[in-house]
Amino acid sequence: MKIRRFKGLSLRQQNVLAGYLFSLPFIIGFLLVFLYPLIQSAIFSLSELEITRTGYGLKYVGIENFRYVFRIHPTFVRELTETIIAMVTSVFWILVFSFFAAMILNQQFRGRWIARAILFLPIIMASGIILKIEMKDYMTGILEYGMEEVEMFLATPGFSTYLSKFQLPEAFLENILLAIEGIPDIIRSSGIQILILLAGLQAISPSLYEAADVEGATGWENFWLITLPMLSPLILTNIVYTIVDYFIAPTNKIVANIRSASFGSLGYGIGSAMSWIYFAIVGLILVVVFMVFSRFVFYHE
Amino acid sequence: MAVVHKQVKVKQHKYHANVFKSHLTKSKFLHYLWNIIRAIILIGVCYLVIFPLLSKFAASFMSRRDLWDNRVAWISRSPTMNNYKLAWNHMQYPTAFLNSAKLAVTVSLLQLVSCTLVAYGVARFRFKGAKIIFTLAILTLIVPPELFIFPLYLNFRYFNPLGILTKSVSLINTLWPFIIMAVTSTGPRNGLFIYIMRQYFKGMPRDLEEAAYVDGSGVFRTFYTIMLPSAIPAMVIVFLFSFVWQWNDYYLTQMFIPNYTSLPPMLDTLPHSVLGMRWESSMVESSLLYNTGSLLLIAPIVFLYICLQRYFVESVQRSGITGI
Repeated sequence: MKIRRFKGLSLRQQNVLAGYLFSLPFIIGFLLVFLYPLIQSAIFSLSELEITRTGYGLKYVGIENFRYVFRIHPTFVRELTETIIAMVTSVFWILVFSFFAAMILNQQFRGRWIARAILFLPIIMASGIILKIEMKDYMTGILEYGMEEVEMFLATPGFSTYLSKFQLPEAFLENILLAIEGIPDIIRSSGIQILILLAGLQAISPSLYEAADVEGATGWENFWLITLPMLSPLILTNIVYTIVDYFIAPTNKIVANIRSASFGSLGYGIGSAMSWIYFAIVGLILVVVFMVFSRFVFYHE
Repeated sequence: MAVVHKQVKVKQHKYHANVFKSHLTKSKFLHYLWNIIRAIILIGVCYLVIFPLLSKFAASFMSRRDLWDNRVAWISRSPTMNNYKLAWNHMQYPTAFLNSAKLAVTVSLLQLVSCTLVAYGVARFRFKGAKIIFTLAILTLIVPPELFIFPLYLNFRYFNPLGILTKSVSLINTLWPFIIMAVTSTGPRNGLFIYIMRQYFKGMPRDLEEAAYVDGSGVFRTFYTIMLPSAIPAMVIVFLFSFVWQWNDYYLTQMFIPNYTSLPPMLDTLPHSVLGMRWESSMVESSLLYNTGSLLLIAPIVFLYICLQRYFVESVQRSGITGI
């Protein structure tokens, strides 16, 4: 496309035309593949679906499906709350871990590339069929916890008598053990977050630190006054991404529930209603989180 | 020579944000101490990531006797290639591998092209719709796929866009659903790819483009010859992620191409295929098979990862995935 073709259009109009032209694939895709099925899904959630030989038939039942999900379905509401609560702790630890991992990986040391390569490895392994197998059979999951030895050590009589000397309540110990069990899981879910934060750290221009050094800032001040603010947009991105990732992962109990409901005996109408409720809650949480944390984000342009 | 090197290292350390170290001029001791602590932490963390892989690898050579043998921990006492033989044959590995590769390469390339185009459009041109389009792209990431997967399936099953065809045609069991989704940037996680590429393009200086325009280059030509070559690290990341996610994908594959012999469904039915109906009750044998099969499935992408990791592990900055 030569500029000649744009003759007669102002620069602004050329910009608009080119912009829309480049974005065309997504615009088409969004309308056809995303929005249209979404509207259909909304209609489904309000009706009962039947697959006939030539197509499918809909029977309008109004909010009957939603009422079913909330009142009659045995586990949906409970699992929803459980998932949300689990999400809070999980997301928090993932963010903390990925932040410190990124800081460590940003330092210079020999063999840094090995550490980075290994920590990014779970990104490519934790998806699709591998996750499904892990769900099916704990013994065989390739992502299974590597913590058996630690668990066995903690369970030996010697160690537990040692702990009991501190007279800690059993529930407390159990929680600690559960938390430790979750460590590998957190490490494996942090891949992309570490990637994003690491890129952000490298983008902080050294001149800032030099200026701070001239002014006599300590390392601690450097961290709070330079690193953290410069990274804050990325931290927000990470928070949003981690929440979304957690909610969409198929190892989620709720997601598994929705899938089995949709394709199982309850029919797609109910499954659709469940999905919409789930999406509404996820969306609400995201909006709240975004608005709360946006205040702390520092945009330096 | 060694002294100079150390001094340079110290200087660089000062300008990297580092909350754990106190003022370095204080003592070398703290520096070495931190090195050791860091090494321990890193080795521990890497161990947790690598351990399952290694243990699966070791287990894949074990026969049934080994699993009941208490003395066997890592090295098998009666090693066998039987697991591999069974997995290879029952997964129809050569065919499945080729099919998976065909699908993954096609989808990744198409997704890469379309996401890059869209990202360039919203990043470099000032027009009102840019922000809206980008927000919508992010929105596609947030919506749980369960929400629209089934209507999408129905749309592909009774495909009759805008009613222009006389009779609806079924696109199920062809690669068309994937192709359509890839070309229109609506595949899984495509919002993420658009985000990555857009952040990259936003980070490039305008002068390059403007110089090109001044010299008379058209829009596409500028895009192709100037912006693209320097975007290669970001594109490698997008290609790698999209390839891997497509390779491992089971949900969409099972839905749109149920009869296609690709690796994930073959792995899923592996124990059933080898052991017949009793596969659910014989946990040990099923686990051996799943084990070996999983290794066979992820081996190619781990290899791919190792080859491509140098593009983004050491040069994350150049791929421009920053947030501002």
